[in-house]
Amino acid sequence: MIAIHNLVKRYKNITALNGVSLEVPPGELFAYLGPNGSGKTTTIRILIGLTRATSGDAYLNGFHFERESLQAKRQVGLVPQVINLDLELTVRENLDIHGRLFRMPAAARREQAEALLAYVELADRRDSLVKQLSGGMKRRVMVARALMHAPRILFLDEPTVGLDPSIRRRLWSLLKRIQQDGTTIFLTTHYIEEAEFLADRVAFLDRGNIVALDTPASLRARLGEWAVDEMLEGEMRTHYFPGRQEAQDFIAGREGSFALRRVNLEDAFIALTGKKVAADGSIAGGEGHPRSNAGS
Amino acid sequence: MRDWFPVYWRELLILRRRLLRQLASMSVAPILYLLAFGVGLGSSVTVQGRPYLEFLIPGLIAMSAMIQAFAIATEINVARFYWGIFEEFQAAPISDASYVLGETLAGITRALLSVMVIILIACLAGVNLSYNLYFWTAVLLTAWFFAALAIALAMVVKSHADQALLTSFVITPMAFLSGTFFPLENMPGWLKPILRLLPLTPATEAIRTAAFGQTPPRRPYLILVILAAAAFLLAVNFVKKARD
Repeated sequence: MIAIHNLVKRYKNITALNGVSLEVPPGELFAYLGPNGSGKTTTIRILIGLTRATSGDAYLNGFHFERESLQAKRQVGLVPQVINLDLELTVRENLDIHGRLFRMPAAARREQAEALLAYVELADRRDSLVKQLSGGMKRRVMVARALMHAPRILFLDEPTVGLDPSIRRRLWSLLKRIQQDGTTIFLTTHYIEEAEFLADRVAFLDRGNIVALDTPASLRARLGEWAVDEMLEGEMRTHYFPGRQEAQDFIAGREGSFALRRVNLEDAFIALTGKKVAADGSIAGGEGHPRSNAGS
Repeated sequence: MRDWFPVYWRELLILRRRLLRQLASMSVAPILYLLAFGVGLGSSVTVQGRPYLEFLIPGLIAMSAMIQAFAIATEINVARFYWGIFEEFQAAPISDASYVLGETLAGITRALLSVMVIILIACLAGVNLSYNLYFWTAVLLTAWFFAALAIALAMVVKSHADQALLTSFVITPMAFLSGTFFPLENMPGWLKPILRLLPLTPATEAIRTAAFGQTPPRRPYLILVILAAAAFLLAVNFVKKARD
């Protein structure tokens, strides 16, 4: 259970978070979606005690993030954006130190490390130095390390950045399995399909504000079910329709180049923020294509 | 503060993996100093009525304890700026004091290793001094102070380059001006009070007196205890503030 009330973070001239409030019930997989610089990482860093909040409150399984910070930290596991393993130590040593930091007894550390390495399919690499592992393997070690102390809440900050598609999918199924074991997962991402595929609910973050928070299906349904991309003088316009028939009727009545498809989460994101997120997390072309609700 | 152990244990594991390299690098500087100043220059020189080598070795021990304990700053910097591992500690449910204690003990361990290397080299060179309880207490306090100072400074520097600068301006001058290579009595009168303010000066004085088998004066020990405690508190405070 994560509860955030009116969280604000201001740096000298920049407001990174402008009064964010949200609740994530136990066992939910929650995606926090937005372009680079929208405040995703700042939120996680504040909750986990790496950055100080300017104002606001947050509770992790009922423990206040600042006043009861040590208890709050025990509730959570963190997979940061940057790989921060000890490269000169073995996989098992990395997990073991983490277990010690959370006061796990020796037998529990051993058992848990073995179980987790099997879980992330790295049991045969337990005694390898981390620097000998590939990027995808390091990510999985990071997930295993974050799960060592059996946290009830798992934070993942852009966990699949820089991974190739097949490894990304493997990590997705790992996250689904972790969720099925009852862990609350809070995931930041700028990959919209990642949020769409994984999340029970999604928050769209734009310049430190949550502009929408709902299930992927409801967010899509705000626009309609079908979309028509129309190329008009070198620019793409998208039109949304409640049904396929209306969309087809729209195309039939016009000349030009059209593509008919189902509405996706990216449409909802662009409609709500006016922005399109590029693959690297930046905002593509400044503004996205304009919203049109011609058929709805 | 019982959570210091994982922090210390991690440093030990890393040290163990590099132990041979580390010991070799700890030996180079003292061997060079011994050859250059001790054997080359000082074989016929006596200082305070003793062969120069006997005078020099306790100075080298104090200097080496300082340098090796302070070197923990570099490790912390690498862990902080390049590997991001510092955040693993910040996100862990341990107090800032636990973190500082773990790293301080890691610095002390490095310092003790280097001191043992020098004692071994001294024995091989035929110099036998008294390594008594006073001696080890002084070494320990010296290492404690410089390790804690290193942690505090590692929290305020903004980059690895700044850290190197700090070593050039703080540590290197002290190594040469705190009575390591010559008695401070030889310095001009106006400079002496300034040199006595350098933290390595009481360290060298305490370690040398103890190594000569004399009952050391209390003053340098008192100064070292105060410095060590102050540096520790400073480090805890700076670790607390190392959150943006």
